[in-house]
Amino acid sequence: MDDLKTKRKDERIRSVSPSRLVPPPDNESTVPESTVPLLRELVAHLRKNRTQLREEWARRITEAKLLTAMTREEIFAEATSVYDNYVEVLETGAVEALQAYARDLSERIIPRGVETDEVVGIVLLLRDVLARSLFAKYQADFQLLNRILDAYEPAANRIANTVAVGFVQERERIIRQQQEAIRELSTPVLQVRERLLILPIIGVIDPQRARQLTEQLLRGIRTNRARVVVIDITGVAAMDATVANHLVQTVEASRLLGATVIVTGLSPEIAQTLVTIGVDLGKMNTVGDLQGGIEEAERLLGYKVAPLNEPSQQTT
Amino acid sequence: MQVPILKQGQYLIASIQAALSDQDLVQLRDALAEKVGRLRARGVIVDVTVLDVMDSFASRTLRDLAHMTRLRGAETVIVGIQPEVAFSMVQLGLTLEGVDTALDLEEGLDYLDKKTKRSTSRG
Repeated sequence: MDDLKTKRKDERIRSVSPSRLVPPPDNESTVPESTVPLLRELVAHLRKNRTQLREEWARRITEAKLLTAMTREEIFAEATSVYDNYVEVLETGAVEALQAYARDLSERIIPRGVETDEVVGIVLLLRDVLARSLFAKYQADFQLLNRILDAYEPAANRIANTVAVGFVQERERIIRQQQEAIRELSTPVLQVRERLLILPIIGVIDPQRARQLTEQLLRGIRTNRARVVVIDITGVAAMDATVANHLVQTVEASRLLGATVIVTGLSPEIAQTLVTIGVDLGKMNTVGDLQGGIEEAERLLGYKVAPLNEPSQQTT
Repeated sequence: MQVPILKQGQYLIASIQAALSDQDLVQLRDALAEKVGRLRARGVIVDVTVLDVMDSFASRTLRDLAHMTRLRGAETVIVGIQPEVAFSMVQLGLTLEGVDTALDLEEGLDYLDKKTKRSTSRG
């Protein structure tokens, strides 16, 4: 089981590695000699008209009803940063700073509910605004405009790509983090009496979680020297046949360790699933609710719970 | 490799020390079945703590062992199955049906005490 666990972790780490998501540096990153002066001219133009273009962009963002979760001032502040980063990338061709900024920006705006299409939308809008200003400036000389666009387009595409990928990556990182957190939180194995464990299961069980539950339960049985385990699945609305089978296997594996399992809180749907897959009910000890399960467990363990004020001699 | 069989009161304890070949297992089964009668044992404990693999032959032999000793008047408890082993056994469908199990030697002795006492008082 340990091997499997580490293997899974490896896979996870591999999938986290961003190198797969970022397109490999292609010929775009090495700026051809001839475009360097053009790009320099372009950058000078964008620097000169910074205020005006920035305002135009912010206006277009509001107009397109993007970034509705943010105030006008915030949009303008972010637009300024993005604009400056954008121009810098055009100038130097190095996307690292923009990448870091995109990650940082995503971190700030994802919790506020900004969607992927909005982020992609604003970057494409900026691309559009700048391209239009280039058209306006060079419309007299079609040849020059053509060459300027040749220099501008690949760089702009790369920037849009970087920002979008950065945003999606950040989003995925948050999702992974949350999945991890849910997984860690959701599987406590609790001892309620000497030799008696409770495993309350809440939420959806997928095959991976089912496996993890089993692992934890079997370890818990060993470390706590449990003789009876109550698995409470009141909080599980439905399970498919695979997971139901897994539950049955867990019960059997626990028995091999010398522990009796009592399953409580089966919903009608789960009961139906169990019957449909033809579970041998002789092997499964089921009780209606958690209280009944604990009482049954106490009976198996030989406990007798009596109220304090009633002398136990009377009750026996 | 032979498995030592110890007599402890009314019980026989077979403590497996290393991975066993199929032949060793059969030998263990036959030796226990024979000793149960000769030493008038009421219970048998097979400790498999050291085994990190339990294949279908091993689990079938253990099941046969349990049924054989039961027919000769002694209860058998298998103790010390590791969590990992237990789970892979179940996945292979080797659930040792009809065989009693316990966590470890101590639990196994405890279990036999209860079980034999019950059957004595009843009989």
